[in-house]
Amino acid sequence: MAKSINITLNIWRQKDAKTKGHFETYALKDISTNASFLEMLDILNEQLVKEHKEPIAFDHDCREGICGMCSLYINGHPHGWETEITTCQLHMRKFKDGDVITIEPWRSRAFPVIRDLMVDRSAYDKIMQAGGFVSVNTGGVPDANAIAIPKPIADEAMDSASCIGCGACAAACKNGSAMLFVSAKVSQLALLPQGKAEAAARAKNMVAKMDELGFGNCTNTGACAAECPKGVSLTNIARLNREFLCAKLKD
Amino acid sequence: MSFFLINSSIGRKLVMSISGMFLILFLTFHMCMNLVAIISPEGYNTVCEFLGANWYALVGTAILAGGFIIHILFGLLLSIENRRARGNDRYAVTARPKTVEWASQNMLALGIVILALLGLHLYHFWAKMQFVELQAMAGVEVDSNLLANATNGYGLIEQTFSSPVVVALYLVMLCALWFHISHGFWSSLQSMGLSNSVWLKRIQVISMVYATLLVAGFAVVVIFFFVKSIL
Ligand code: HEM
Ligand code: SF4
Ligand code: FES
Repeated sequence: MAKSINITLNIWRQKDAKTKGHFETYALKDISTNASFLEMLDILNEQLVKEHKEPIAFDHDCREGICGMCSLYINGHPHGWETEITTCQLHMRKFKDGDVITIEPWRSRAFPVIRDLMVDRSAYDKIMQAGGFVSVNTGGVPDANAIAIPKPIADEAMDSASCIGCGACAAACKNGSAMLFVSAKVSQLALLPQGKAEAAARAKNMVAKMDELGFGNCTNTGACAAECPKGVSLTNIARLNREFLCAKLKD
Repeated sequence: MSFFLINSSIGRKLVMSISGMFLILFLTFHMCMNLVAIISPEGYNTVCEFLGANWYALVGTAILAGGFIIHILFGLLLSIENRRARGNDRYAVTARPKTVEWASQNMLALGIVILALLGLHLYHFWAKMQFVELQAMAGVEVDSNLLANATNGYGLIEQTFSSPVVVALYLVMLCALWFHISHGFWSSLQSMGLSNSVWLKRIQVISMVYATLLVAGFAVVVIFFFVKSIL
């Protein structure tokens, strides 16, 4: 089964946030199609170290699609063109011999490049700190059946909660908008009784933080949902708009 | 409270969506009135007289102009902010996922095409009708011929759409309008928060159908009078 392919990589190199970046081209020979995309980059980095060159910095952690750390913009798509996978779940068997692969960092004003393909995504953490939590005192642990939640609502909240905060939505968006992320984080709580108490303040504070950090305005292109590795739906954005506008109109 | 319409991204989008919907509503009335021209010349000129330089028609025109100005200013503001939000380095390779409509990423360009041809349209009709009447009322010397024709909207249509160049330009404008509205209609509802997992697909389909009916209604009149002029 194992096949190997030769590929050419166009990779964005940038020394630090302030230095101007540029593309560099690398030829890689005999890459096993069993390798994952990140393993392929590991092989390239080993090669660079052997040649006493600076290895390429890229983010990764769990390598199984749950942490949201890996963040590569591959041939025009965040996490590659395959739907509903993260970069770490992309494999070299999806590529052909002779392919040219362009790898760029997320490019967004609110996600500045730290080095090479690594960007600072703490903007999403700051939005979470502005309201993405439940602060009511819930007391002792209640019985699981004490608060009945209809199954469709529980499912919808679970779908929203599947967001891993990877940042692909803002990276994919022509407007650099973080609305899919923020709406998923608002929805996962707004849908449930425990989260409703603070729903209005949460929507206002998280949107205010999002605007302050320099994310763009959503024009409903839908690129975010199309590229989201977790298939988070655009209907979350409608819910966020509703929550936010109702909260503001009540003030 | 009211500042959120300017200070927050979602507030600005609300202004955009309400002004856009208002323009769609106006276009719907406009299209219905145009269709009268095909059915009855006298009927059409009665409508023209009714919407001439009367106080209510003038108030309507002012509100309409206001709607356009708000829509255009906010559209420009949002587009500039969105470009800035993308950062200084642009992607070298970009691809449009299959589910993303082309129109949704080119609303500003489509809007500018509409605006340019709207100028031509105002020159063709408004400048020769309501504006001439207004000038006359204000005591400005106007050609008596012009004034006599100011309420003859039907004649003006026949004359304007006998030129193939003008017809082609109007059809370009209608194409741009179709793209703008086929995305704008559902986008506007989404911006107002009027969408959910059941309705998202539905409003997207309604958007396509509505844009098609609206634009077809306009196009029929343009083509009808062009064909009539060459027969
Ligand atoms: C008769 C003409 C027009 C109609 C019916 C119309 C309608 C709409 C609608 C319904 C939207 C969607 C709003 C939303 O997503 O919430 C929209 C968006 C937009 N329009 Fe128009 N529009 C018209 C003319 C123009 C003109 C002349 C411009 C000028 C420059 C323009 C620029 C834009 C832009 C940039 C957007 C996207 C803004 C965003 O979604 O953030 N439009 N339009
Ligand atoms: S909504 Fe999707 S694309 Fe955006 S951060 Fe969450 S998982 Fe990533
Ligand atoms: S490395 Fe954890 S999601 Fe890819």
